[in-house]
Amino acid sequence: MSDLTPVVLYALLGFMILGSIVAVEIADLLSAVIAMGAVGFGLSLVYLFLGAPDLALTQVVVEILILVFLIRLVVQRKDTTEQHPPGALLVGGIMLVMGVVLTIMVMAFSDMHPFGSPLFSRTAAAPTIAFDYLREAVAQTGATNIVTAILLDFRAYDTLGEATVIFASIVGAYAVLRRVGRISKGGTE
Amino acid sequence: MSSGAIPFALSMVVLLIGLYAIIAKANVVKIIIGILITDYAVNLFLVLLGYRHGGRAPIVTKADLDTSGGVSMGFVNTSVDPVPQALILTSIVIGLAVAAMMVALALRLHDKYGTFDITRIRRLKG
Repeated sequence: MSDLTPVVLYALLGFMILGSIVAVEIADLLSAVIAMGAVGFGLSLVYLFLGAPDLALTQVVVEILILVFLIRLVVQRKDTTEQHPPGALLVGGIMLVMGVVLTIMVMAFSDMHPFGSPLFSRTAAAPTIAFDYLREAVAQTGATNIVTAILLDFRAYDTLGEATVIFASIVGAYAVLRRVGRISKGGTE
Repeated sequence: MSSGAIPFALSMVVLLIGLYAIIAKANVVKIIIGILITDYAVNLFLVLLGYRHGGRAPIVTKADLDTSGGVSMGFVNTSVDPVPQALILTSIVIGLAVAAMMVALALRLHDKYGTFDITRIRRLKG
């Protein structure tokens, strides 16, 4: 994907913005979950155009799993949340604060390096870590995919920590959802 | 605003929409969706930071090796930044773990209280 035109990128980002607005504002929970899935798959396409095929694949898998979890949560469960829209004062206040935050962010972005010329590409005189990884990864690890080389070799402890987090979350979810050892309501157990 | 900042600003708009859901919504499912959208937006922002115009994926092919077996400078000068990608890959998977944990808690909440409405989940005693 060598030719990322700004039009394609803006279209995909606009799609993500629209999808997230729908996901947040629509009343039906199943529709909201599906809209969030659209955002995730749009994000996967953006990754593909940004030269990150590993991220695109991972995002698709993760998005499918999250959709399965959320649909399991939403389907056949009655949503008795009252549709009381938040007060106009609250919404106005939040919008105002977010507008200010976005303005400050845009001002900060103007001072950063512009989109399309990352920092490491402009510091050939003082090589950055990315520069070293790109140069040395094949010779040192034998992996031709630099992302994999970083993930499983240069920063393997990071990946070990990730596996620990996943294990902890699975144990936590199991502890929350288990049936054994819980006092049942009717006293039949 | 210079055009170099527009993609960053758009990803931050997505982040703020997710933040709005976290703050203003009373429904547990909507809050989970807001947290996940915020997560996506941050990941996207960091990957956008590493993109280079006309850049290619950081995967070395045979054509990129020079005669001595090293990686040519042509590859280094056209590849996108691999470091954010490697770190965001971890972050995406951790997002999945967080989502699984949140969904499990929401399931138990609905079993216990029969509602997703956080304004009606008030009893603290299990």
